[in-house]
Amino acid sequence: MSSTVQPRGTTKIALSVHSWLVYIFFFAPIFVLIVFSFSDDRNVGRWGGFTLEWYQGFFDHSQIQSAVWVSVRVALLSTVISVVLGTLAALALERFKFRGRQVFDALLYLPIIIPDVTMAVMMLLFFAEFFELLEAWFNLDWQKGFGSITISHIAFNISFVSVVVRARLAGMSEVLEEAALDLYATRWKTFRYVTFPQIMPGVAGGALLALTLSLDDVVVTQFAAGPGATTLPVFVFGLIRRGVTPLINATSVLMLAASVFLVALSLAFQQFSGRGGRPLLRGAREAVSTPNNQIKKEIYQ
Amino acid sequence: MMGDGGNDQVSDQVAAVELTAITKRFGSVVAVDNVDLKIADGEFFALLGPSGCGKTTTLRMIAGLELPSEGSLKIFGDEAGTLPPNKRPVNTVFQDYALFPHMTVEVNVAFGLKMQRVPKVEIADRVGEAISLVRLEGLEQRRSQQLSGGQRQRVALARALVNRPKVLLLDEPLGALDLKLRQEMQGELKALQREVGITFVFVTHDQEEALTMADRIGVLNEGELLQVGTPAEIYEHPVNRFVANFIGQTNLLDATVVSNDTVCLANGVHIPGKSDLGVGSRVAVCLRPERAEMQRPDEVPADHQSVVGRLESVTYLGNALVYTVVLDWARLEVRRENQPGGYRPYVGEEVAVSWTLDAISVVRA
Repeated sequence: MSSTVQPRGTTKIALSVHSWLVYIFFFAPIFVLIVFSFSDDRNVGRWGGFTLEWYQGFFDHSQIQSAVWVSVRVALLSTVISVVLGTLAALALERFKFRGRQVFDALLYLPIIIPDVTMAVMMLLFFAEFFELLEAWFNLDWQKGFGSITISHIAFNISFVSVVVRARLAGMSEVLEEAALDLYATRWKTFRYVTFPQIMPGVAGGALLALTLSLDDVVVTQFAAGPGATTLPVFVFGLIRRGVTPLINATSVLMLAASVFLVALSLAFQQFSGRGGRPLLRGAREAVSTPNNQIKKEIYQ
Repeated sequence: MMGDGGNDQVSDQVAAVELTAITKRFGSVVAVDNVDLKIADGEFFALLGPSGCGKTTTLRMIAGLELPSEGSLKIFGDEAGTLPPNKRPVNTVFQDYALFPHMTVEVNVAFGLKMQRVPKVEIADRVGEAISLVRLEGLEQRRSQQLSGGQRQRVALARALVNRPKVLLLDEPLGALDLKLRQEMQGELKALQREVGITFVFVTHDQEEALTMADRIGVLNEGELLQVGTPAEIYEHPVNRFVANFIGQTNLLDATVVSNDTVCLANGVHIPGKSDLGVGSRVAVCLRPERAEMQRPDEVPADHQSVVGRLESVTYLGNALVYTVVLDWARLEVRRENQPGGYRPYVGEEVAVSWTLDAISVVRA
């Protein structure tokens, strides 16, 4: 309490004023967005009384609903695939020595580093060439849409998943795997009962991150989307060009809520490390500790 | 030739572990160099050496966590050199125990049996037995983070012993414990080994630990197995300067072999000293501080050999005193029990350090 390291006097006041300014800077736009999503006036920025009409509109709008459905499907599918591939890449880089490992290691970070627009243009060109080849060689007519969006999301999500999983793997001693092998576990059982439960928080965190990134992406998706299908953020982006209405506010609020929920979940999983955590994360912790209960059940029942 | 005396004891029965010309290379580094070793069934065997001497690599080869580059490794007569760890009848207690942090004590201990598909009823029985063997009753539902260092070590022991391995390997089993607990666990490990009757092979860099616990010790340095023998053989008849220095405190006097029962000390004096090394070999006379005696230069008994020097310092240890005597060609330590009376020279005084023939051994330099 009386530690000399603690700020005092004017410093203390200045610091707290500063934090409030930062909070206002962060949250004022969000506050405005939320307030006007309930405004009964077509013009954004003019308060016309409280209404839920725009939320009603969101659920009634057939194009929005189909975009939501595409978004969810793309997010789920790209997450599942990128989690599997990203985790395998992380395992390979952390646990095995092979030729070209360092090059692979460096290249894996590329999608995180390169600008979204570059990635988007790359995808556009790639799909153009790819579809042309499909047409020329197999006489297949494939259009941009659900498939191309999913593939492009997988392409950037693998990197994020493997970075998160690797961080977790690096903190896990290889001796645990040796101990499992020494105790008659096969390589697969070692993975299932020791490695995977240990990296579970990383895998879950990576999955939620991938889900969020996929749901939020506009730039890459815009270039990969086609007449066949489009995602919600891209559709909203299109709507804005035709004028902003509180419908966009309502849609944005719902997207924001979904993203915040996923990011919070992702953070909770990443923070859980098996060495205890904040009470806030107790739910996540119990979810993570299930493998043990499962093993126990198998042994004793 | 080295360590033959030790290995003879086990030649008439199948060895628990038999290494023949085992070599392990990591790239261009030779970690273990052409090692031959037999460890008898039921033995408590220590692999002793400084860090980086290859002792842990040797242990890991027996466990199957490293594969030998050359040579043969047999476990109870069966070639095992290339078997994976999960196909060998041995279990390991790892240096930092390597308990699975996401499992309770009970599930940790049950792990090996579960992996071997032992029937569930039997698992429950054997886990209970193992837990009571290491006296951990009541802690079954704890996780490793909730245990003390000593308790973790017991869990690691139970987790290995529950599988009834033919050989138990222990990698610096007491290294992570504080001094008092370590001394307590030394006795306990020894008792445990007698109780279960399993061959224990443990790795340590602590010579005192090896002398206290082991039936036999193998001393390694730079990948070479220098000597194998009982603690007494190794302490009293070290094969060379390194072993003499590594095991306990010692004085080493440079000398040359004159005949099979005489050596010439570096000051030119001939003294009796038995060795089977060739005439002219450079050797060292190993005189343990507690076996050296000290008198006034004119009071040396007739059957003693002696050298005369000046007393440089006295270190008071409570139960003993260590005198440092400086000669113009060597420096000697003499350890005397702290008994009342007796000869108590002053610093700076001329003293004779003496010994009888059976107090010394001649070792390769």
